[in-house]
Amino acid sequence: MSKDGQVTVKKQRPVNLDLTTISMPATAKASIFHRVTGVALFFALTFVIWAWSESLSSAESFEFVKGLFNGFIAKFIAWGTVSVLVYHLIGGIRHMIMDMGHWEELESGNLSAKVSMALGVVFAVLAGVWIWF
Amino acid sequence: MVLNQATLKRDGVQDFVSLRTTALIISAYAIFIIGYFLATPEVTFEAWTGLFSNLAMKGFTLITLVCIMVHTHIGLWQVLTDYVKCAKLRAALGFVLSLMSLAYVAIGLIVLWGV
Ligand code: HEM
Ligand code: HEM
Repeated sequence: MSKDGQVTVKKQRPVNLDLTTISMPATAKASIFHRVTGVALFFALTFVIWAWSESLSSAESFEFVKGLFNGFIAKFIAWGTVSVLVYHLIGGIRHMIMDMGHWEELESGNLSAKVSMALGVVFAVLAGVWIWF
Repeated sequence: MVLNQATLKRDGVQDFVSLRTTALIISAYAIFIIGYFLATPEVTFEAWTGLFSNLAMKGFTLITLVCIMVHTHIGLWQVLTDYVKCAKLRAALGFVLSLMSLAYVAIGLIVLWGV
């Protein structure tokens, strides 16, 4: 730091943005999944709100939407939306638990990251069973 | 010091708290709706419109949509500022996304009005 309080930074540090060589620990994976699911959820809402508004507009359109859910595409969108929502929710709860000062050590942070991802997979499978069977 | 409570100017603490309070309300709604589908063996048109014609349910739905708007306004801003470095493009994308979330609320209001 110079006398006038200005910080001088030498911009000669190596920059590595090659994702295939960056190590992705469980915590980094849990974090990026939380972000991806948040963004995905925002766009999934377009389908959810459309189906909801259609289903409430008349008895005919209700049956039409209900019929759509016999097809693969609507089932798949519904499954994807529920799975992504549940993971985002679990990740969000983990976030708030960490905000309160828990699971901040390397070991506990890694463990809770792994548990939330595992729970996400379990709930995705359960949601699949629920929607298809 | 000028207090910014009367303005829409945001600060980080406000964003942090808003993101989390809205998250809790959206969670309650999501769990309620998933629970409704799990608990109802056959969702009929009568039962479905009956659910949403209830004033409490209308309020809950509208509040949740507004919460989603606030939550995603902050959340998507976080994402955009991380990845989109060009300020003009970021402003344009932010505008489109805000418009979408406002549309979600507006459509919700119209639908709830008619049930
Ligand atoms: C051992 C490895 C790492 C350590 C110790 C570490 C540590 C941290 C810490 C302390 C923060 C601030 C935490 C917070 O926002 O609450 C942070 C944020 C962040 N890290 Fe790391 N990090 C690691 C690896 C990575 C990797 C591999 C990536 C990306 C591929 C990454 C991407 C980020 C990003 C994007 C943020 C900002 C998160 C946000 O928006 O809240 N980190 N990291
Ligand atoms: C309609 C539903 C939702 C949408 C579209 C949504 C979207 C988003 C987005 C885009 C972000 C920013 C992600 C990032 O910066 O990495 C975010 C962050 C967050 N979401 Fe959600 N979310 C939704 C529901 C929920 C729910 C139900 C919870 C419940 C716990 C939740 C908890 C959080 C938390 C705690 C953060 C902050 C993460 C951070 O500080 O990095 N969200 N959400």
